[in-house]
Amino acid sequence: MSIETNWKPKIVAFCCNWCSYAGADLAGSSRLDYPAEVKIIRVPCSCRVNPMFILRAFEKGADGVILCGCHPGDCHYSTGNYYARRRMTLLWSLLDFIGVEKGRTRVEWVSAAEGVKFSTTMNEFVEKIYSLGENVRLGDLRCKN
Amino acid sequence: MEKIGVFVCHCGSNIAATVDVSRVVAAALTEPGVVHAEDYPYMCSEAGQAKIAAAIKEKSLTSLVVCSCSPRMHEETFRAAAKKAGINPYMVEIANIREHCSWIHKDMEEATAKAIVLARAAIQKVHRNVPLFPGESLVTKRALVIGGGIAGIQTALDIADAGYKVDIVEKTPSIGGRMSQLDKTFPTLDCSACILTPKMVDAAAHPNITIYTYSEVEKVSGFVGDFTVEIRKKARFVDANACTGCGVCQEKCPSKKAMSEFNRGLSTRSAIYTPFAQAIPNVPVIDTEACIKMKTGKCGLCQKVCQAGAIHYDQKDEMITEKYGAIIVATGFDVIQLDAYDEYAYSQSKDVITSLELERIMNAAGPTKGHLERLSDGKAPKHIVFIQCVGSRCDDHRGKSYCSKICCMYTAKHAMLIRDKYPDVKVTVFYIDVRTPGKNFDEFYRRAVEEYGVEYIKGQVGKVLPQPDGSLLVRGSDLIDNRQITVEADMVVLAAAIEPEKSVRKLATMLTASIDTNNFLTEAHPKLRPVESPTAGVFLSGVCQGPKDIPETVAQAGAAAVKAIGLLAKDKLLTNPCTAQCNTLLCNGCSTCENVCPYGAISYDDQEVNDHGKRETRRVASVNNALCQGCGACTVACPSGAMDLQGFSNRQLIAEVDAICR
Repeated sequence: MSIETNWKPKIVAFCCNWCSYAGADLAGSSRLDYPAEVKIIRVPCSCRVNPMFILRAFEKGADGVILCGCHPGDCHYSTGNYYARRRMTLLWSLLDFIGVEKGRTRVEWVSAAEGVKFSTTMNEFVEKIYSLGENVRLGDLRCKN
Repeated sequence: MEKIGVFVCHCGSNIAATVDVSRVVAAALTEPGVVHAEDYPYMCSEAGQAKIAAAIKEKSLTSLVVCSCSPRMHEETFRAAAKKAGINPYMVEIANIREHCSWIHKDMEEATAKAIVLARAAIQKVHRNVPLFPGESLVTKRALVIGGGIAGIQTALDIADAGYKVDIVEKTPSIGGRMSQLDKTFPTLDCSACILTPKMVDAAAHPNITIYTYSEVEKVSGFVGDFTVEIRKKARFVDANACTGCGVCQEKCPSKKAMSEFNRGLSTRSAIYTPFAQAIPNVPVIDTEACIKMKTGKCGLCQKVCQAGAIHYDQKDEMITEKYGAIIVATGFDVIQLDAYDEYAYSQSKDVITSLELERIMNAAGPTKGHLERLSDGKAPKHIVFIQCVGSRCDDHRGKSYCSKICCMYTAKHAMLIRDKYPDVKVTVFYIDVRTPGKNFDEFYRRAVEEYGVEYIKGQVGKVLPQPDGSLLVRGSDLIDNRQITVEADMVVLAAAIEPEKSVRKLATMLTASIDTNNFLTEAHPKLRPVESPTAGVFLSGVCQGPKDIPETVAQAGAAAVKAIGLLAKDKLLTNPCTAQCNTLLCNGCSTCENVCPYGAISYDDQEVNDHGKRETRRVASVNNALCQGCGACTVACPSGAMDLQGFSNRQLIAEVDAICR
């Protein structure tokens, strides 16, 4: 664990256009701060996030990836967030297998009206990533001998 | 060769105060493909857009990145500007450096570094953008209004007057809603029914309006301009066309013990009933739970006495399927359940009532024929205590965090009306704050205090204690004098919080309209698009969007109507071109995508595929662009990577990931 270093984690947040991205906008317009380590990528729906994108992020050096969508039952496309949730569950098994801590990924439902929740979630998540420290590069996991 | 232009907005000081825009410009210029970058105080202004147009012309730009506010704000603006200058509007990407950066970070260094990364991600994405072309869809020139209260009625009337067909779906047996239950309205003390019923009659008589009462929306499919809605018309057991509304059936019905919903359970009604005298339509319904014929098979009295032969015990629910171009939600509100507020003794004493119950008591058609009396013993009260904010502005799980907005004013109204009609009755109001922002509202409240001598005590009530003699002890605090006080009253009226009608959550799911944690429907923009839902073609009217009084509701109802009319006036709509596309070379026809598509937009057909010179016919997926809404579920489900989403393609999203993690 790195404490007194200048290391800053790289954190990718996938936010669905209809709920979570709007929730992040509300957090912004309400001036509810969260760490600058979080960078948001807009997707139409949480179900657009291919688990491959998350693996790609880890491969390229991300320390944490969070996926935010509409609350269950409130998906703009009716069922997208359910697909996202199932895919993430599968991905967690894979990440566990390759040695990436579960805490480095998170799924959270944030509605367009929940600016406070967006900010709180991001603060918590960043804190969690700081406590986990720097991530292993997926490339480093290959057998070197 | 791509030529990308990057435009960084200061947004006055909104961005520039925390983000060093010149460094963002400099960083953007180091990215491959970027041939132009500049900053400007207001990119969205006419001058800002002119700068974009000039750069497009001068540098022959092929795509743009605008680093500014949220794309939910100005993406359309910049797309239009690009289109005007001759670039495909989908060659524009927005880096959100305001809501997601400058507004949440204080440290300039940190915010600037983040803005540079966000700009980089957008530049990397726009590299992979391709021109997209929207399709067209037809608009069905008919609107659906869900809810027949004052909001729904007003919206329907306004749309109908503009010349479009409107259907109102109301789940209770009559239109009229909450307003029909009110006695008088603030701040003018008009009789509520006197101003509402003419509107109800207008709606019923309007050639463009069809009213489905005792009906509910069951299913919604389709999209803006072309919704298909299934409506369940519940069996009334009365033929609406034959019924003359004579009322004999209600008179003769032997089952008279059913609770009157209209009188909030304070009186009873017959099993066959119309909720109130001015009900529209004036056609009764049979309450199957109270009807003796329905329960035991015996009776049938109403059928015997009905001269018109309108009663049919075997009537079934009817399903109606109709197409609509626009849907307006006007589902209104209810008063919260007070089970969690036992300290006010609502369930223990009949003389502790809600304000809506008082409204019925004060009404000449109500349970006491308009006489102010205690429900326990029928005696006239001598001292009435009103308790404000019961469940409103509540910081625990029992109530609502929001202000219900109407209670201060209706309590002033009740207090004034009681003091006017019964000058001997003492009226005390416990309040946290008195909120009177509205035209003539504060004057009204001051009249209650100054002219009518209503006693206002700033403080909350801790407990209402019913006494053996039937009186009520009200224990509360007086914050001005800073002391605990006990007031003896013989009637307590609770200003219970209002909450959105229960069924709205299910409805929101059907409409894919967003809803907030309090079950109020979310507007597309809290200030600039207050009557539109983020879901195109769905509009919000009345309290379903947030607490409102009658004038505000009527104003919003009209605004929602105008938005709907604006939509219905168009013959065609441009469809979102960000739809899924199948790469037939990769598709193996497995049907996985078809199974996850919520819109039935994917079908399979045999297509000739040229696979590296080998021509063969294969079963491959094809996407109906008119149906596809662009969620992207299929793109991830596809095991062979054949499905991709235009505008949010795998290449685009991976490029963003890479840029952020670089």
